[in-house]
Amino acid sequence: MFEGLINSLYIIASIFFILSLGGLSHQTSAVRGNILGILGMILAVCGTIAAKAVDSIGIIVAMMAVGGVFGIIVSMRVQMTAMPQLVAILHSLVGLAAVFVGFANYIEPLHEYVGVEKVVHEVEIFVGVLIGAITFTGSVAAFGKLQGLISSRPLMLPARHWLNLIIAIVCIWLGAEFLGSSDHQTGVTVLLIMTLLAFVLGLHLVLAIGGADMPVVISMLNSYSGWAAAATGFMLENDLLILVGALVGSSGAILSYIMCRAMNRHFVSVILGGFGTTGGTAVGSIEGSISEINVDEVAGLLSSSDSVVIVPGYGLAVAHAQHPVAELTRKLQDSGKQVRFAIHPVAGRMPGHMNVLLAEAKVPYDIVEEMDEINPDMPATDIVMVIGANDIVNPSAQDTPDSPIAGMPVIEVWKAKHTIVLKRSMASGYAGVDNPLFYKGNNRMFFGDAKDSLDKLVSMVG
Amino acid sequence: MKIGVPREIHNNERRVAVAPEIVPSILEMGFEVLVESGAGELANYTDSAYESAGATVLPAGTAVWENADAIVKVRAPEFNESGQYDEIDLLSSGQYLIAFLWPAQNPEILQSLSEKGVSAISMDAVPRISRAQKLDALSSMANVAGYRAVVEAAQHFGRFFSGQITAAGRVAPAKIMIIGAGVAGLSAIGTATSLGAIVRAFDTRPEVKEQVESMGAEFLELDFAEEGSGAGGYAKVMSKEFIEAEMALFAEQAEEVDIIITTALIPGRPAPKLITEEMVRSMKTGSVIVDLAAEQGGNCELTQPDAAVYSHGVTIIGYTDLPSRLPSQSSQMYASNIRNFFDDLCPDKNGEIKIDMDDEVIRGATVVHNGEITWPPPQKEPPPAPVQKPSEQIAPSQTATAEVEPEKKKFKIGPYAFGLALAAIIGLGLYAPASFLTHFTVFVLAIFVGWHVIWNVTPSLHTPLMSVTNAISGIIIVGALLEIGAVNPYVKALAAISILIASVNIFGGFLVTQRMLRMFKK
Repeated sequence: MFEGLINSLYIIASIFFILSLGGLSHQTSAVRGNILGILGMILAVCGTIAAKAVDSIGIIVAMMAVGGVFGIIVSMRVQMTAMPQLVAILHSLVGLAAVFVGFANYIEPLHEYVGVEKVVHEVEIFVGVLIGAITFTGSVAAFGKLQGLISSRPLMLPARHWLNLIIAIVCIWLGAEFLGSSDHQTGVTVLLIMTLLAFVLGLHLVLAIGGADMPVVISMLNSYSGWAAAATGFMLENDLLILVGALVGSSGAILSYIMCRAMNRHFVSVILGGFGTTGGTAVGSIEGSISEINVDEVAGLLSSSDSVVIVPGYGLAVAHAQHPVAELTRKLQDSGKQVRFAIHPVAGRMPGHMNVLLAEAKVPYDIVEEMDEINPDMPATDIVMVIGANDIVNPSAQDTPDSPIAGMPVIEVWKAKHTIVLKRSMASGYAGVDNPLFYKGNNRMFFGDAKDSLDKLVSMVG
Repeated sequence: MKIGVPREIHNNERRVAVAPEIVPSILEMGFEVLVESGAGELANYTDSAYESAGATVLPAGTAVWENADAIVKVRAPEFNESGQYDEIDLLSSGQYLIAFLWPAQNPEILQSLSEKGVSAISMDAVPRISRAQKLDALSSMANVAGYRAVVEAAQHFGRFFSGQITAAGRVAPAKIMIIGAGVAGLSAIGTATSLGAIVRAFDTRPEVKEQVESMGAEFLELDFAEEGSGAGGYAKVMSKEFIEAEMALFAEQAEEVDIIITTALIPGRPAPKLITEEMVRSMKTGSVIVDLAAEQGGNCELTQPDAAVYSHGVTIIGYTDLPSRLPSQSSQMYASNIRNFFDDLCPDKNGEIKIDMDDEVIRGATVVHNGEITWPPPQKEPPPAPVQKPSEQIAPSQTATAEVEPEKKKFKIGPYAFGLALAAIIGLGLYAPASFLTHFTVFVLAIFVGWHVIWNVTPSLHTPLMSVTNAISGIIIVGALLEIGAVNPYVKALAAISILIASVNIFGGFLVTQRMLRMFKK
């Protein structure tokens, strides 16, 4: 009877999880979605404990309390600008747990397996541990890059592709050894060696990827963490784990796909890494000169315009400038101007990063628009303010066919009547491509730290 | 170095080369500014305004010419009837002169300047490249002229520009045709639309269509394909057939519109005659034509330069001094252009002018250098406009492929991958144990469910999506819970640690998602 009950609980939990993700289709239903997710988790955990693990309740409660308190503290303290780091480190935990559970299950399986079932089960363990290990170190590396502990430049080891390939081949060979291992002891050893190799592989894969490709990396690791959970589910013959793992896995895969499309790059080329270290078009080929503008003139331009579009980029997050931007928006709106935000899919370091920052600063989400929504309105816009963004507003993506970013969808800010670019310096963007926008006649450069500049501007406007 | 600003002596010239608001930024570059008393009077700038801006005001007459190292003017030097001297004679060797000199039209001025041994910069000879836009005084003046043309038209037009529905009945909006959408034409379009008129514009260069439409006017087009872009973004002479089609269009429009503003000019040629007497006769009584090409002979057959004439019931305005009729504005803009030129001429900001003949802009504008005639400048690379053209054409097709490609990828690779996946599933069915297949069913279906659900997630919630998937992938805790009952102490420990870290995920993930979602407010 208990077996039947727990299966029904799992089914209900699964429904809740699906509804939870479905709820994110709109801001108004998103909070409800999250609560459904929590309910699903409570059902799943309590059901499992009640059915299978009543006798260890003490340890379970203690462990959950420690982990839970830690999780609560971290999630309450984290700054919105640091969300990518948090997400990365949470991915690593899933990976690590998958590795541990895999080992535990190999050493002491829930059932005895024989024949084909044994082979299948061991393949499942092996794959689960492999993905989990790659996810773990990959996410730790991503965390390090995002937190600034490791240089965000791609690590370019000589023959790095060969290195990856060799590790992969050795892992496959180890897999064959693992399946063929006669006793548990060698099995554990082989599994351990493979895990260490997978750690190296995960680390190296992510280290070779540059900072601005992080949206893809994070989405990819998100996907991996899902597949790791699904593999664990196969290993434990637990449908709930399989289902949730597959949901998360496909979610991450879709995000990766969206991010790659937004950069007009192939997933494989991002994963292999090394972008932005070579090439770049000659700076001298751009005609014209840059014109600087000071804070008074920006205030003047803003006060004489009716429609303003703000394009935020990673620089906004770095400078923690979301609050002054929101303040500026409110002041401009109060004086009767139309203010909107244009968000490029890969602005920032993870999907939707800019939206969260703006939401934190209480920018109403209905004035925050996507690239495709706002591009047609550009010619009718008086002023576009580009804050800490570069490649996503680069016209050479459209008109220079041999540019490294050619074909990447961009926000067509140069079609507006005026553009103002807030930047710290004239350094080129992540892709290493010079930006002809800066040299256009209707563009003005507003140099300085985004937060300081905006603070000054806010005090002068309105 | 002292920069001298004399009073303009040309008849009816109200502009002055430097406006007081620009003086401080010239002083900043290390220059001194000398202004002839009364120089800004007609542009509503008093001597005291100049003085309080930091300039030195010298008595009227020749004092400025004698004391300054560089003379900045609007008009070319000419004979001063009231003072009985020729401005050219006041120049001395080594002095600089900056003004509109029109070297192509006035070769004799270059000759006398060269005899004087001065260096002369002609503001109209600044090359039309984007780097030089900020010192393009012709554009500034054209902008003012375009605005003023509409104001002149409004003054002579007996009715409203904007359509209104009043208690006293309905007023139809004025219809305006603007020929030539250069700087002056665009400025006229902007002014006329903001007064509420219906504006149509014609230009032989099809690439200006977008600009015209962005200003709120309708772009008149011929059913005729001929490229009208010439060197440096100016128009060129068109074929006979094109001109006939164009004239037919104007004749048709003339019957309908109330106001025609013409700005059609081809560099170095008399203005094309676009509005015939016949067309003027066909216009409604009370209509107005403003001919901005009057100085080059006019676009209208009946235009008389420097006069407003009335014929066949139509007022035809041929003023050639439109910028001077808005003296404060045009002086201020001209002064800004001059100031920007000093930026280039004095790169070290030490108050000394340095003529760098290797700089394309300075080279182009310098028509006499230390007494040597340097006009016309040597021909450089081809003009920018035709070069720009292909890239502009590429742009739309580029974006089109960029948009289409992902869709194609999504569905083109589909069938193969799909076939492969089906084959793999069948293969699994042959060899894998039944228990595995039931789990595999769940797995495949869950991927499909996930795929459909996630595509519906709004991109602005992608970060919360990631954190909530983070939280629910903490479901791996279930695996740990299943193993916690193990006998082996190592296994128990591993399971316990897994429970701990999965809990971090669950609590942390859900909580931070909740925190984020609460922030999204309308």
